[in-house]
Amino acid sequence: MLKSVRLQLGRLGHNFIDSIWRVGSMTRFFYLLLSESGTSFKRFRLVMREVYFVGVQSFVIIAVSGLFVGMVLGLQGYETLQRYGATESIGMLVALSLVRELGPVVAALLFASRAGSAITAEIGLMKATEQLTAMDMMAVSPMARVIAPRFWAGVISMPLLAAIFSAMGVFGGYLVGVVLIGVDSGAFWSQMQAAVDVRYDVFNGVVKSFVFGIAVTVIATFEGFDAPPTAEGVSGATTRTVVSSALTILALDLVLTAFMLRASD
Amino acid sequence: MERTTIDLWFGAFVSAGFAALLILALKVGNIGAEGQRDSYKVEARFDNIGGLKVRAPAKAAGVVVGRVERIRLDSATYQAVVTIKIDRGYQFTTDTIASILTSGLLGEVYIGLDAGGDAKMLADGGNLTKTQSAVILEKLIGQFLVDKAASGGGK
Repeated sequence: MLKSVRLQLGRLGHNFIDSIWRVGSMTRFFYLLLSESGTSFKRFRLVMREVYFVGVQSFVIIAVSGLFVGMVLGLQGYETLQRYGATESIGMLVALSLVRELGPVVAALLFASRAGSAITAEIGLMKATEQLTAMDMMAVSPMARVIAPRFWAGVISMPLLAAIFSAMGVFGGYLVGVVLIGVDSGAFWSQMQAAVDVRYDVFNGVVKSFVFGIAVTVIATFEGFDAPPTAEGVSGATTRTVVSSALTILALDLVLTAFMLRASD
Repeated sequence: MERTTIDLWFGAFVSAGFAALLILALKVGNIGAEGQRDSYKVEARFDNIGGLKVRAPAKAAGVVVGRVERIRLDSATYQAVVTIKIDRGYQFTTDTIASILTSGLLGEVYIGLDAGGDAKMLADGGNLTKTQSAVILEKLIGQFLVDKAASGGGK
């Protein structure tokens, strides 16, 4: 009995120390990544290739999800707003929720599970099959050649994907609100335009998605780089990427929102 | 420099992303309509601004003609000094009355501008001298109760 309690406590302590350890090595990893980013800009084709894999290939899932989220917002918003006779505000509701919150956050969550997991698995496998070691032997820095292009590709793609998500969502809200339910089209757009401020809403949304892009790709590349070089290790790293990206995105969102709301007062 | 398919995809993706941003800025956020236009600033002093906020609209006859740019307290007179940015296309007389109003019971607080009959027009940096402060509901109710008590006491 006492022994099993001690074992549990020991495991808990080990996990705690291990996670602190990871925070430290992730910071060092991020610093190394930034300091070796020069190659990515000198040979921008490397980054473009990765943008194709993480950005272009996430386009369809992001666009379709955005459309659906916008349509659901339209339906749900109409249901509630009609009680107060304010159905014309549906455009404002859809646009503000998408541009401020749902666009950056949901797009980042989808990005983490679609592109982040792929990055981790790819780098983890490269490590397991000793490709990274081989590169090192040929005096090619894996950090500059493999990790940094993926990081910058993610940082470039994320704000664009979030913008596409929001735009598609607004279009979905328009489809449901105006085409399906029959809210006046002029009121739909004018209420939206009166409420959405380019600097406080649209720009802040872009800043959020930019920060999420950094967080997700750093986590994804680090987990891949840090994965134990076995099949099990790679699968565990992929899972960790999705889980810790999701938690990081939501926690960062809270912090950023608190800052942004305070700044706009 | 030879072209690759990746270039095409990259170009298409980046253009789609920027197109989406442009839609958000123009169609959803309506950037060009205000802020970019030529405008002039006038100052108005109020005893109490109530719930007026920066970026609140200034309306004349219900039409939005400008926005509140800055609100500060004059520490000499203890009055609120509100800087209003008015569209260059709208001219107001120097005896324009600025009042702080609320649209509806719970609506937004805005500045209502009622033009007077003066021949001179406000210029940039001008002052609105005739102002009407916000109605503070609590004070109103308090006054009503006092009046009621006073008239009730006479009976």
